[in-house]
Amino acid sequence: MESRAHLFKPAAREALHNPDLQQALTRVQAGFVGKRRTLVNKFPDFEGLRDRGQAMKDHTLAHLDYYLEQFEAKVHEAGGHVHWAETAEDAQRIVADICRQADARMVTKGKTMAGEEVGINEALDAAGLETVETDLGEYIIQLAKEPPSHIIAPAIHKTRQQICDLFDEHHHQGTFKEKLREVPDLVNEARGILRGKFLNADVGITGANCLVAETGSMFLVTNEGNGDLTHSLPRVHVAIAGIEKLVPTLDDASTLIRLLARSATGQEMTAYTTMVTGPRRGDDTDGPEEFHIVLLDHGRTNMMSGRFREMLRCIRCGACMNHCPVYASIGGHAYGWVYPGPMGSVLTPIFVGLDKTKDLPNACTLNGRCQSVCPVRIPLPDLLRDLREAQFDQHLTPGTTRHGLAVWAWFARRPRVYNALSRLGIGLLGRLGRRRGRFRRLPLAGAWTAGRDFPAPQRTTFQAAWRQHLSRRQTHE
Amino acid sequence: MSQASSPAPRPTVALFVTCLVDLFRPSVGFATAQLLEQAGYSVDVPEAQTCCGQPAYNSGDRAHAKQIAKQVIATFREYAHVVVPSGSCAGTITAHYPDLLRDEPDWAQAARDLADRTWELTRFLVEVAQVDLPTVDHKTTTTYHDSCSGLRELGIRSQPRQLLGRVNGLQLREMADTDVCCGFGGTFCVKYPDISERLVSNKVDNIAATGADMVVAGDLGCLFNIAGRLHRLEKPVRAYHVAEILAGTARSEPAIGEGDRS
Ligand code: SF4
Repeated sequence: MESRAHLFKPAAREALHNPDLQQALTRVQAGFVGKRRTLVNKFPDFEGLRDRGQAMKDHTLAHLDYYLEQFEAKVHEAGGHVHWAETAEDAQRIVADICRQADARMVTKGKTMAGEEVGINEALDAAGLETVETDLGEYIIQLAKEPPSHIIAPAIHKTRQQICDLFDEHHHQGTFKEKLREVPDLVNEARGILRGKFLNADVGITGANCLVAETGSMFLVTNEGNGDLTHSLPRVHVAIAGIEKLVPTLDDASTLIRLLARSATGQEMTAYTTMVTGPRRGDDTDGPEEFHIVLLDHGRTNMMSGRFREMLRCIRCGACMNHCPVYASIGGHAYGWVYPGPMGSVLTPIFVGLDKTKDLPNACTLNGRCQSVCPVRIPLPDLLRDLREAQFDQHLTPGTTRHGLAVWAWFARRPRVYNALSRLGIGLLGRLGRRRGRFRRLPLAGAWTAGRDFPAPQRTTFQAAWRQHLSRRQTHE
Repeated sequence: MSQASSPAPRPTVALFVTCLVDLFRPSVGFATAQLLEQAGYSVDVPEAQTCCGQPAYNSGDRAHAKQIAKQVIATFREYAHVVVPSGSCAGTITAHYPDLLRDEPDWAQAARDLADRTWELTRFLVEVAQVDLPTVDHKTTTTYHDSCSGLRELGIRSQPRQLLGRVNGLQLREMADTDVCCGFGGTFCVKYPDISERLVSNKVDNIAATGADMVVAGDLGCLFNIAGRLHRLEKPVRAYHVAEILAGTARSEPAIGEGDRS
């Protein structure tokens, strides 16, 4: 998917003034945040579980080569194929080749963020295949021809009315005309249409929530069961997963899944949690004839050295964006690429390039709410600050900011000059604002005063007033 | 000027007043000094302090941030305690200086040492000073805004509420989403003014919904942002720093952004 992250500012402004989007976004905070909190409080030692998750991921990443080899061997043993994709193009080519060899015409797809990352839909289109998204949210945005706006709730930006209109247009040729229908009605309609696609698909493509090295298995976590129909009905199942999805053992997978469901949707477990190991065996009653797993690097090994390795712990739960006030204000599309919110603001600059994503590390108040809920304790604000540092070092920070900081720092390091000058400036500003107590407009402060008054300073600086206070106190003593 | 009733003499405390209090609201500095003196400490205000360096640090300007951090460390080297009327600035010193200076072992050590001695005001009063301050009367309803750095970097949540609970006549009403950012974020509020405005509008709605007369917080950055928006929307809620309420000076001092009545 092509990045539009360089358009962050105008996209954010548009989002802030889009009433449908704003209506849809209120659901994110209202739903996910409360449900997560309830379940986290109910769990005997969620903090301990987070510690385990973090330690397990750190251990796996430190020995990733070992576990990848073990995983590959186990997949082979189970009769599956492992493909290594270093770049997005590799992944596209591998998946298209598998489809071609299977003589496929129709492909069903479950939700895969790794697939979004490498633009798998575009590749399937180019190969002349009919691709149908089977996750309800993905299906909706496929009809709308839009990218996902949330990593676990891709159509969260759509209102029910918008979905009704889309279904009307695509399923009923406009015969319903703006009728607002109930959710179960809409779900049933989508289910009916998708059922036919499931039965006719030649290849099913899914993501994977984790990969287990000791068994060569993958886990798939959904609430709709679409993932299971996608991987078990077609002749060929292709899963796409980043190499960081690996965990050593089934025990570790269970730690991860307990963290994931609670953090993501505020569920103890999602409705369907499926473990897939290889293709159909001789005595199995169903399952695909072929099982392929595409292991995606796409810049991940570059993150292995240095601070950003911590980001590879990410289990794509979405809790950070659910708790991010900036995400809640502008939604996911403004971030311009596959991954929105705090985790996206770290990942997109790394994957797409710092120079094309200048706003992302900066459009954050560093309030830390994301870090406080991240199940694997990724220090997202620190990583964003590190990206700002990288921007500064590479001279991507605007000249005005650099200059401003240099001038300010020059004074801040010369307390005498600083105190003398600030006393003068504040004295003047204080006199001007004394009666009203605030300014509606102020030179050089337009960005502040566009939406806020600027409180006027008191009579003088504290430093000056304190010295006066001390000398007065001395004369009294 | 320790009081006759106060126990054994306590060490001198350095007041790190923060650049915002220094420039815009000295009354917070005086209220802080008063509280510390009432708790039995004598207060020093080193002249060599300006700012904690957070603007440079959060803008990715590590070199300048380091220079300023070193200056702060040197300025406050001699004091047993450094007290800061801001969770944000105290957080920069305690949670970030050691990491900022990690490449220079001696400075990193000095940074850790300063971090151990540095306290946000309300936490210092509750956890270190541990004395009953003189009673203050202030009949009002107020809501409390948790600043993000104080809350998440320093675990400040119960301390200001506990102290406010001892103000006679003051009734505390919690707002919804008290742990959500007000949208200040240092330079964020001028780099992304429309997003910032949305965040502060949500905050102001939650404040107004409590029906409280006042909003109190421990950070002047948040308070300026919130008060600025309250005034722009002409909402009659007054904003004060928690130190001003606890010291009893709020009753005679115009609220943030309010004109001088005298
Ligand atoms: S960064 Fe943490 S909270 Fe955000 S999606 Fe990844 S694991 Fe979840």
